[in-house]
Amino acid sequence: MTKLEQWMSTLLVLMLIWLCLVQDLLNLGYSKKFHDVILPLPVYLLVTAGSYALGTLGLRLANFNDCEEAAQELFMQIQEAQADLASKGLIL
Amino acid sequence: MASHSDIPNSAGSQRRRAKKGQAEAAEKYSVLLPTYNERENLPLIVWLLVKSFEESGNNYEIIVIDDGSPDGTQEVAQQLEKIYGSDKILLRPRAKKLGLGTAYIHGIQHATGNFIIIMDADLSHHPKFIPEFIRKQKEGNFDVVCGTRYRGNGGVYGWDLKRKIVSRGANFLTQILLRPGVSDLTGSFRLYRKEVLQKLMEKCISKGYVFQMEMIVRARQLNFTIGEVPISFVDRVYGESKLGGNEIVSFLKGLLTLFATT
Ligand SMILES: Nc1nc2c(ncn2[C@@H]2O[C@H](COP(=O)(O)OP(=O)(O)OP(=O)(O)O)[C@@H](O)[C@H]2O)c(=O)[nH]1
Ligand SMILES: [Mg+2]
Repeated sequence: MTKLEQWMSTLLVLMLIWLCLVQDLLNLGYSKKFHDVILPLPVYLLVTAGSYALGTLGLRLANFNDCEEAAQELFMQIQEAQADLASKGLIL
Repeated sequence: MASHSDIPNSAGSQRRRAKKGQAEAAEKYSVLLPTYNERENLPLIVWLLVKSFEESGNNYEIIVIDDGSPDGTQEVAQQLEKIYGSDKILLRPRAKKLGLGTAYIHGIQHATGNFIIIMDADLSHHPKFIPEFIRKQKEGNFDVVCGTRYRGNGGVYGWDLKRKIVSRGANFLTQILLRPGVSDLTGSFRLYRKEVLQKLMEKCISKGYVFQMEMIVRARQLNFTIGEVPISFVDRVYGESKLGGNEIVSFLKGLLTLFATT
């Protein structure tokens, strides 16, 4: 099963469950109150997923290391390398 | 095929013997350095590679695959071959620019090591991490070890906020859609078992960033094991970036293709 198919089938199952509940296809006879809670569930799901995405993205962006020291080390080594290579006879 | 292991000098028995004593001496690491207009960077990256391997004591060779760079990278490579010896620096140039993917294929054909290290020659990938890749590989007996900018002490230098957002966003989308179990899919600093890399190269068809991504996705499909090592990525100092404007579009196309087909 491709990743696309995995996503589609999961969403399909969730949608079917939700439809069953909203339309009361199993004739379980819910109260109006329960129905009102079930109805907007997909919107909640969407909002939650969106917030999760934005939150994670922001957090990861904030935790994205700036490797100042690594750059400094590299620049030092570049100078060392240039001097050493010149002494070994490299002509640029 | 099975009877091969009965022959005393087969690869299997060699490996077994190596395990007993000189495991270190049995491993050889071939570094593939594809270059296009890296005249300033090539001597520096080679110097750093030699330093790293001499300090760690691992057996190595450096294969430079230059695609007829107009800036004279090949001429500098020849000087390096003289300085460090033609057993350490192998020049395997091609006449014209044929792209990264085929440069790797070309390089593997000439590699004598049992492990292949792939990295950029523009100094964004520091050779000091190679001993860590090797340690990681041995630790979990991994088929592939990936450098990651997104985990632990990994990171970047010289990126503005926009580039960070694009990078993080692309990575997040990829994680959600493909769930690859590897944190950095577009990086190209990796260590592979030679036969694993050969197999993956046969399977992968995409280009650019997507190619690196597809390698990991296929590796997962084929049940190869993958380890990760945090790396710091310092943006290139010398030379020109080949990062084009339509890079993002082709990345998304490639991601969706992998999403729909794997
Ligand atoms: N042999 C060969 N090497 C190439 C070719 N294109 C790029 N390279 C090399 O592959 C490595 C990675 O290319 P880069 O230009 O650094 O690509 P990038 O890392 O995506 O982008 P920047 O680092 O921002 O420039 C470098 O060592 C290049 O010199 C090619 O067509 N043939
Ligand atoms: Mg680069």
